[in-house]
Order: sequence, then structure tokens, then C-alpha cells
Amino acid sequence: MNLLQDSLLELIRRTSAEIPEDVHRAILAALERERKGTIAESAMKIIDRNIALAKNKSQPICQDTGSIIFYIAGPVGLDQIAFEAAAKEAVKVATKKGYLRQNSVDSLTGKNDGTNVGPGSPTLHFHQHRSPEVAVRLILKGGGCENVGAQYSLPNEKLKANRDLDGCRKAILDAVLQAQGKGCGPGILGVCIGGDRATGYEHSKQQLLRRLDDTNPNPDLDRLEKDIVETANKLGIGPMGFGGQTTLLGAKIGVLNRLPASYFVSVSYMCWAYRRQGVSLAPDGGIAAWLY
Amino acid sequence: MIELQTPISEDQIRALKVGDEVAITGTLFTGRDAVHKYLHEGGKLPPGVSFQGGILYHCGPVIIKDEAGNWKCVAAGPTTSIREEPYQWQVIRDFGLRGVIGKGGMGDKTLQACKEYGCVYLHAIGGAAQVLAECVKRVPNVHFMEQFGAPEAIWEFEVVRFPAVVTMDAHGNSLHKEVLAASQAELAKYV
Repeated sequence: MNLLQDSLLELIRRTSAEIPEDVHRAILAALERERKGTIAESAMKIIDRNIALAKNKSQPICQDTGSIIFYIAGPVGLDQIAFEAAAKEAVKVATKKGYLRQNSVDSLTGKNDGTNVGPGSPTLHFHQHRSPEVAVRLILKGGGCENVGAQYSLPNEKLKANRDLDGCRKAILDAVLQAQGKGCGPGILGVCIGGDRATGYEHSKQQLLRRLDDTNPNPDLDRLEKDIVETANKLGIGPMGFGGQTTLLGAKIGVLNRLPASYFVSVSYMCWAYRRQGVSLAPDGGIAAWLY
Repeated sequence: MIELQTPISEDQIRALKVGDEVAITGTLFTGRDAVHKYLHEGGKLPPGVSFQGGILYHCGPVIIKDEAGNWKCVAAGPTTSIREEPYQWQVIRDFGLRGVIGKGGMGDKTLQACKEYGCVYLHAIGGAAQVLAECVKRVPNVHFMEQFGAPEAIWEFEVVRFPAVVTMDAHGNSLHKEVLAASQAELAKYV
């Protein structure tokens, strides 16, 4: 096994077993906010205990280890074919070791070959940059939260949502309402305004690479992100949909150009078990630094 | 926290109400999509398995065999229950279930069956795979492993103080319906 493959295996292990520090802080703050003695508080306590237990035992936080989505930023000349081969091998080993569940099913035959490698699994997004750094980010996104994602085409008469930021706000809040607790809340939203049906969802997922405590450089979107979280947390859906103070831990909104005829708002919902990590690789393929 | 020990009597189940926190000790059987479809289509439970007074857990666990050759439960959180809504009422009626554990809640047909036959829906904490696996002390048996594959098989779990919340009771109450209606009304104030 080469060094790159080792590094990717360690990235998968840590992503599956450890919640990033920014997310953990948001979860602890949510636990504080819940009223004492409620089932919402109990749920948050169990979530917090689960985070500690998974880390200590180096075992998956959630048994649904989700879609395996890599984002790779590297210099011109990075061998993408070799990288993809190493990533697939790392996924196979991680599955054997139990960092990942046997989670990839042939959609037509229903067969699960137990490797987690097949058409669309894992998914790799490559991006070139001018720096010599190779940065690999990984998201593991479970099926429960993926199922409550939603895409709106504006205008939407039922929601009285027009083609403007207020319309986007109505669509996003509707997605929160429809999701209730089914996506294992408190959740985190990745949103894309614009794009086409495919790029919109893709860009919404990329928002989940942002740290929860960052600030959107676009002041309008920054205001909208804060407003969405604040308003969602007044709805009383709460952890697991049990009722309570925290429905969302964060909302991250990006934007793409659109066609004059289209206006999509794409919402990806991430569960509290927000598995996201990243590494910066040394020239030999070893891990130089952790990114979150 | 209300302690429940399987098998559970109808009286005990009817005494529970939405919002009660319970700790379950005894036997749980896992069963998800394939098991529900199979039972709905008239399939029989394997010899030696009875759901009478028992609890069914919507769960596709991660199970390994330890060095001694025993099953060991490594991760065991709940899966989304609503997929079983077309079948659950019938499984409750025909097999004498007193409880169904899952996440996300279920619909009116299941709520009605809970009322009619004396059953509750118990919500476990989604994603809490490690806390819940710790409650599984032994995995004495597995059924339909060949037929349905590991995540879809019927696993027999011996559990101690498995935590869950009653979110649908045997009196026709559903926390999921209540929270949906309240949050809908609340959202109307802000849009």
C-alpha cells in the first residue's frame, strides 16, 4: 500500500469516527440551549455521548456511512487517474476495516458486492489551482438526510415565492419545514441559488465544505444565512423533530449564474452527524496537515 | 425514565403516552424493508422467532464476528421508518408487536394500528449508532441472512436499557403530527 492510499484511508477513518471541531462546538451550544429535562435535551445529550464514544472507539459515528464524496484541489499535472485508483483502494480497505458500512447497492439488481466501489461510488471532484498544494476534502453524507434535500423552481405559487432573495428564503424555510426531524436534526443546510438541476445540487453540497463559523463574503447572502438559522430555530421542530430550540446548526448559501428561463433553489440537508474532514498532502503523499 | 422489559403486556403499553422516555431491556428483533415486504406478502417468521409482546427495531446494523466466532454489534442506530408505512399496521396486527423502534415517525395507518392492537412507536436517536450499539450486549441469532443480506436480516439483540422516546402512543397521539402542525403555524408568522 502506498503512502497516498494510507493517507486517504486515515482521512476516511477520521471522517467516519470524528466530528469536526467547529461542528462539535455548535452541538454543545445547542445542548446548552435546550430546556432542562426535555426530550430535546435528552436527545442532544445522547448525541454528545455518541460523538465521544465513536471517537474513543474509532468506530463510525452513524452506521449509515453515507455517500463518499471527495473534493480534490491540486496543481496542474496531478495524476487524476492514479489518484482515483488510490481513493478506490482506500475505500475498499476502509470498508473491510469497518470504517465504512457495505453501503453501495446496484440500483437495478439490488446486489451489494460489499466493496463500496462501483458506478458513482466513491464520487471524486477534481479542481486545479496554481499552488503546488494537494488538498483533499471528504464528506460522508447519510441517506436519511440526503432524502430530505429539495430543489425548488421559482416562482412557486404555493409558497408565494418569487424570483428574488425573499423567494429563496421562502423556499429554503419550506425545505426545513418539510424535513421536520426526518433528516436527523439539528441539521446544517447547504444551499445553491441558481445553476441547473445538476450543478445546483452539486454546488449546494459544496457549501458543506465551509466551516460553520465562517462568514459569507457576500453581505446579502450572509444576512440570509443568519436569518434562515434564526427563523428555523423559532419553528420549534427541535432535535430529531421532538420539539425544541435548535432546528438548524447552520446554513451556507452559494450562488451560480442561471439561464433566464430557470431559477432553481437547491437545498442539501446534512444531519447532525456532519462528517467532513480534509488533509493537505505532503509531496510524498503523506498527511502534512488536517484542514478542519 | 420508564423501564420496559420484554415481553411487554398490553396494559403496560397502553399506559405509555407521547413524550415518555423509556429504557428497554430484553430482546429486540431488527427488521427493515425486506422483512416488512416479506411478511406483508404472507411470509412466515422463522422457527423459534416470535414477535408476541415484542419489539421490532428498524435497523440495519454493522455486525462483525469476533475472534471467538460470536456476532458483535458495532453500530446500530435506527433507520427511517416511514418506508414501512404501507406494511407496518399489518405486521403489528398479525404478529402481536407491542413496540416498533425507528426514527422519523410513521403515518396514520400505523397510528391507527397502535390504537387498535395496543402498540407504540418508539423513536431512537438517529445517528447515535455507538450509544445504541453499547446497549446491545449479545447477538444470539440471525435469520434470513442468506436471503436478505446482513443489513436487511432479522437480528436478535439482547439489550440492556436501550433508550427511546414514545412519539406515537396507543391513544391516537403522535408527536410528529403535533410538531408539524405547530411548526407550520409558526412559520406562517415569518414568511
